[in-house]
Amino acid sequence: MTALFFYLFSAIAVASGVMVIASRNPVQSVLFLILAFVNAAGLFLILGAEFLAMILVVVYVGAVAVLFLFVVMMLDVDFAELRQGFQHYLPVGGLIGLIFLIEILLVVSTWVASPEALRVPIAALPPAEAITNTEALGRVLYTRFSYFFQASGLILLVAMIGAIVLTLRDRVGVKRQNIAVQVARTPGEAVDLRRVPSRQGVDA
Amino acid sequence: MTTADIVLAVLLGIVKSAVLLVCLLVFIAFALYADRKVWAAVQLRRGPNVVGPFGLLQSFADLTKFFLKEPVIPASANKGIFLLAPLVFATVSLAAWAVIPLAEGWAVADINVGILYIFAVSSLGIYGVIMGGWASNSKYPFLGALRSTAQMVSYEVSIGFVIVTVLMCAGSLNLSRIVAAQDTRIGLFGWYWLWLFPMFVVFFISAMAETNRPPFDLPEAESELVAGYMVEYSSTPFLMFMLGEYVAIMTMCALGTILFLGGWLSPIPFPPFTWVPGLVWFVGKASLLFFMIAMVKAFVPRYRYDQLMRLGWKVFLPVSLVMVVVVAAVLKLTGLVPVST
Repeated sequence: MTALFFYLFSAIAVASGVMVIASRNPVQSVLFLILAFVNAAGLFLILGAEFLAMILVVVYVGAVAVLFLFVVMMLDVDFAELRQGFQHYLPVGGLIGLIFLIEILLVVSTWVASPEALRVPIAALPPAEAITNTEALGRVLYTRFSYFFQASGLILLVAMIGAIVLTLRDRVGVKRQNIAVQVARTPGEAVDLRRVPSRQGVDA
Repeated sequence: MTTADIVLAVLLGIVKSAVLLVCLLVFIAFALYADRKVWAAVQLRRGPNVVGPFGLLQSFADLTKFFLKEPVIPASANKGIFLLAPLVFATVSLAAWAVIPLAEGWAVADINVGILYIFAVSSLGIYGVIMGGWASNSKYPFLGALRSTAQMVSYEVSIGFVIVTVLMCAGSLNLSRIVAAQDTRIGLFGWYWLWLFPMFVVFFISAMAETNRPPFDLPEAESELVAGYMVEYSSTPFLMFMLGEYVAIMTMCALGTILFLGGWLSPIPFPPFTWVPGLVWFVGKASLLFFMIAMVKAFVPRYRYDQLMRLGWKVFLPVSLVMVVVVAAVLKLTGLVPVST
């Protein structure tokens, strides 16, 4: 049963990964990327890492890919034109790809986990059947790795503030609303009630 | 586990889901009718009153009408994605119901990360909207889709923080456990709506914004965008969008019931009230929330887009962020931190 789902999810993930680079329409590429994410979440579920699976969907599919799609949809790029130089760039691109592939193969085939690293998770890991894996992750993140966790949060905060500062510009001549002022307005100062005499009107 | 057991479990799952789906869809047909009746009553109109007694069968008549009409696909639309979008939207909103416990132990899948699952699945609904808006290859749908996406992404943030505060009080991501954590001897005063009242308000308003309900229905603001991302849709695909939207609203009502109104628990914690089946309480509470949402639709004017974004980012985000810290501090200082089992 598990094997069946494993092959199903991984086959779809690999196929949609191929389609991401193969499909002609960029929006379709992003949609295939999303399909790949969802299938990766399925693989996490099979592993028993349900928290990671859900966070993958919430963060990558629910937020990151939406922004991708946003940008790609609004780009007006003629992709047929971009593909014209394909033959020209193929040798260089192919060479770089080949070097990367060889490097990855070299790294993976000589992978040895250091005994230090192995000892760390073993010390922190509570028995799997006693608590859920969300709780296990929480215990590890907020006790043993709490400084790293806070530091990564700080890095993200800096990145966020940086992005805001880069795009923030104070334009002159733009009419802005001050909501507090609007809310604080009373009928007394906003409305002027007058009794208008018939056929005489009011002077301004 | 033998093969027979697996087959049996799968079959049982299918039967459960089918029963849940049918009940849910019939309930939503009447919720739609109730929505229109409430709206009409506030505006001193009669509302639907022709089909069936008191117009009760109006939704079914509408359903038949949608099925029998001709689906029109615009010539310049991206056909595949155009038809996929409503399917994704409806499927994803229905999928959230897989984990919702309607009564004690009455969930199709009682998973450990239930609340995260709902959060994840409801964030997928954006894709239906954005795909529909893009594939229509037309101005208004595209603008509607962009607005809708920005709105849904913004309000998801505050809903996320609301959920975090509830989780801190309940000490579990499992929806059944969250309800069980509200089971105290003081009945409805022990539920989180009272203890986390500001968050309940934030949740209620964010739920409306997240599901594009009035007064936050800017993606389909008919005065400016015709019908937003649904402009080009007709017949069955339109029905799927409509259905998905109402299912998403009911999901939010159910979620509010579970997080703040004690799920299937009786509001008065002694017999004969505790003899009433949990399902009755659950449906009653969810209907109450739906009624409140329907009333808001009837008497609150539509927000302007910049006001909506301001409310989401400048009001709800700081408020909910501060509440997370305050609730955590109170729990820690009073020693009320839930002990995991």
